[in-house]
Amino acid sequence: MTKVIRLEEAISKIENGMTIMVGGFIGCGAPSQLLEEVCRKQVKELTLIANDTGILGDAMSQLIVQRCVNKLIATHIGTNKETGRQMSAGELEVKLIPQGTLVEQIRAAGAGLGGILTPTGIGTLVEEGKQKLVVNDTEYLLELPVRANVALLNAYKADKAGNLVYRRAARNFNPLMATAADTVIAQVDRIVEVGEIDPDEVMTPGIFVDYLVQKQPREVSSVG
Amino acid sequence: MLDKEARIDWLVKRVAQEFKTGDVVNLGIGIPTRVANALPEGIKIILQSENGYMGVGPVPEAGKEDPDTVNAGGQYATILPGGCSFDSAMSFAIIRGGHVDATVLGALQVDEDGNLASWMIPGKMVPGMGGAMDLVVGARRVIVAMEHAAKNGGIKVLKKCTLPLTASRQVNLIVTDMGVIEVTPKGLVLREIAPGLTFAEVQACTEAILLTPESEIVEV
Repeated sequence: MTKVIRLEEAISKIENGMTIMVGGFIGCGAPSQLLEEVCRKQVKELTLIANDTGILGDAMSQLIVQRCVNKLIATHIGTNKETGRQMSAGELEVKLIPQGTLVEQIRAAGAGLGGILTPTGIGTLVEEGKQKLVVNDTEYLLELPVRANVALLNAYKADKAGNLVYRRAARNFNPLMATAADTVIAQVDRIVEVGEIDPDEVMTPGIFVDYLVQKQPREVSSVG
Repeated sequence: MLDKEARIDWLVKRVAQEFKTGDVVNLGIGIPTRVANALPEGIKIILQSENGYMGVGPVPEAGKEDPDTVNAGGQYATILPGGCSFDSAMSFAIIRGGHVDATVLGALQVDEDGNLASWMIPGKMVPGMGGAMDLVVGARRVIVAMEHAAKNGGIKVLKKCTLPLTASRQVNLIVTDMGVIEVTPKGLVLREIAPGLTFAEVQACTEAILLTPESEIVEV
């Protein structure tokens, strides 16, 4: 059953050394307040699975800046120079994966598949150490499932049964990651009562979601 | 010879002539993005953004930015009427599954076999491949749009790429500020030369041997 819980309680589910996957694409659709709490609590030695590490200054980037992460699996790190710096200095282990491959690895984990076959990466550094298979005269790489202990997601709307609705480009990796972690926590702009979301509108079935955290409106500068 | 800005304009307009109405196209960051504003009169293409939507519209007016609608470079964008949003698995099903008619992207190096290097310079710059490897493998046509020479004057159109590849043998067309080069089984054919330049001038800035369209036709 999905539970609505406080931010602090949600992040207490993450322990040092765990593998987390985090939705978002250069900050868009990233669960910023969950990430801020991970940093505030100084959770350490995380393995982070995400499309990217945000833009220097945003909540995602802070996971790297504040050294919560010692291993990163991502597709692109060019928008956060600190990630590249830590990688070059040997302080952060980074594994770069083609975006379409990473998303299918996550989907495979969530869908109970033993892996996926993709032509992407054939003839490049990506194929190193991987098994190749020829199917119908085409060469493919076998890419294995990727899962995590905890998934941190961002959704626009949820009902109290955990059904999630995303908005526009903020959807990205979020619905895939919802299927591929032991514990799934979503930061949500609007939490509504059960029955208030039409079944056809639901993008992630509530059974995947363990915890909902109400996103707090930002404090506006003091008045008077 | 045209000045630099005019040469880039020429290349952008030239890439824009490669599409027909209804084509699904993915435009990379930088010079490729400018192609959207240079389409010939009457040509309407559908732009895909790999972070998860179809129907990329113009940059929003100041004050109308939507934090949930950004392009694959993270900049504010819009979705046109008739567009749709989807998750990353659908986005890459569209890309890898051959449902994108053309992808236009920049390059660090490209060679006469149609190999492309665009995602890293070992020891110097390792931003990652993002969606580029899938786009180059999956799109029906791969168009490289770039300045012919590197900023330091280095040669980018080579006999063989020296940097790590984005994909092997996938590039179909190379459009630069010096000309339009088609990748053919016989090698690179210089189909068009930018205004004010000669074949010899383009060849001088290119390591790979360029063929003329005539030489390509001659059969032994």
